[in-house]
Amino acid sequence: MLHEKIEKNTALMAVLIVLAISFGGLVQIVPLMFKGAIVEPADGVEPYSAIRLAGRDVYIAEGCYNCHSQQIRPFRSETERYGHYSVAGESVYDHPFQWGSKRTGPDLARVGGIYSDDWHYLHMIDPRAVVPESNMPAYPWLEHRYVDPQAIERRMRALRRLGHPYTDEQIENAAEEVAGVTELEALIAYMQGLGTEWTGQRPGAPTGGE
Amino acid sequence: MSAFWHWFVVIITLGFIAAMVWLFIATGRARVPSQTDEEGKETTGHVWDEDLTELNNPMPRWWLWLFYGTVIWSLIYLALYPGLGNFAGITGWTSEGQYIEEMEQATAEFDARFGELVDQPLEELARNAEALRLGRNIFAHNCSTCHGSDARGSRGYPNLTNNHWSWGGQPEQVLTSIYEGREGIMPGFADALNDQEVTRTAVFVQQLAGMQVDQTMAAAGRRHYDMLCAACHGPDGEGNPDLGSPDLTAGVFSYGSSIDAIRHTIRHGRHGVMPAQRDLLGEARSRLVAAYVLSLNETNSHADE
Repeated sequence: MLHEKIEKNTALMAVLIVLAISFGGLVQIVPLMFKGAIVEPADGVEPYSAIRLAGRDVYIAEGCYNCHSQQIRPFRSETERYGHYSVAGESVYDHPFQWGSKRTGPDLARVGGIYSDDWHYLHMIDPRAVVPESNMPAYPWLEHRYVDPQAIERRMRALRRLGHPYTDEQIENAAEEVAGVTELEALIAYMQGLGTEWTGQRPGAPTGGE
Repeated sequence: MSAFWHWFVVIITLGFIAAMVWLFIATGRARVPSQTDEEGKETTGHVWDEDLTELNNPMPRWWLWLFYGTVIWSLIYLALYPGLGNFAGITGWTSEGQYIEEMEQATAEFDARFGELVDQPLEELARNAEALRLGRNIFAHNCSTCHGSDARGSRGYPNLTNNHWSWGGQPEQVLTSIYEGREGIMPGFADALNDQEVTRTAVFVQQLAGMQVDQTMAAAGRRHYDMLCAACHGPDGEGNPDLGSPDLTAGVFSYGSSIDAIRHTIRHGRHGVMPAQRDLLGEARSRLVAAYVLSLNETNSHADE
């Protein structure tokens, strides 16, 4: 009996189980890997510059993603607060992406340009200095730590292998660009760019009186 | 999606559903060679651990129908909503479409309730209780992170309730500040002034603001002031709203009025940035929030009278 054969042969059963549960992934994930809008950068989106890349590493190292998502969903309740919803092509240069699923703090997908550089500076050193109600931890040490210029160069080379179109010139200048830059400055540069690059059509403008 | 991936999705999805139905029908029909245990019940013939056997009972009917129910539901879903490759579904639903509809509905509702209201001149809007309630809300959501929930500002972020305006307090000027944002740049003079000169200039600035200071030092500081500061802050310290250079005679110091704070300002300069809000808020909301900010000052001026 077939039933008996499968049940008594764990290897065969494992293969068949994997086959059975892989259908969902085959249908939902695999075609998207070949869909332009998902894997191609959205209009205007460029690979991170050296300083922003360094800032992104700080963002990840400090665990910012534990409280901040970077994905605005297409609901009015989100776009009224955070700006236009995120599109897939904005995340193509994120390895790994920072979409996140937990918002103890606000979403940061379009935080770029919303506050001034100085505001971010004060806010990272002591969030309560500018937002008394804030429950965000302070990150004062970032002001005293410096970005490792050589590491950035290596990172950019690694990312180029993953398909980020960095030019030789960009990689050569990377170390110089971030020399003497504090982690705090890099982090602010990273945040000030978030969500600002996409130049594509944005359906659904802010409500009222346009 | 290309034709290949379209059919890839369609065939696997529908084929999977069909295969599941076939599996249930086929296994339900297949008869296991009848074997009976000691009590005369039909078993599958499997024996574990010497004497454990498995009864060959049919699936409970209710469970089977529940399964067929899910198959039917999935087919209805795939017919109504996008799921099969490029087939958009009978309803034509998309998440973007739903979002746009949601936004249009909200805009229509907003315009119906507040459309005429926001077209009033800002001076009138600033006396309209309903407009102010809305403006206050918009302020709390968008402006309070820098200017504080009471609009009194914080270090480096101007107090918006004290009738003093670096960029002008006329309704249109306030609205422009909100629409376009502002960027105030004061250069640092660490290269031009030595420590003593910086201190003297700071003392003179304190005197401009009406503070009790050492007259000799202030007089010495005035020379530096005339040379370096008067171009933007004016010969008498009255400021220039076109440049955003604050009135130094008002006694209002965004960055602090202590001698150390003023010295720091003179040495290193200041760079105040208010980001543009027009694209974030839209014009109607910008007007409402401008009216709210203006009202905070009108209240104050009434109180002063």
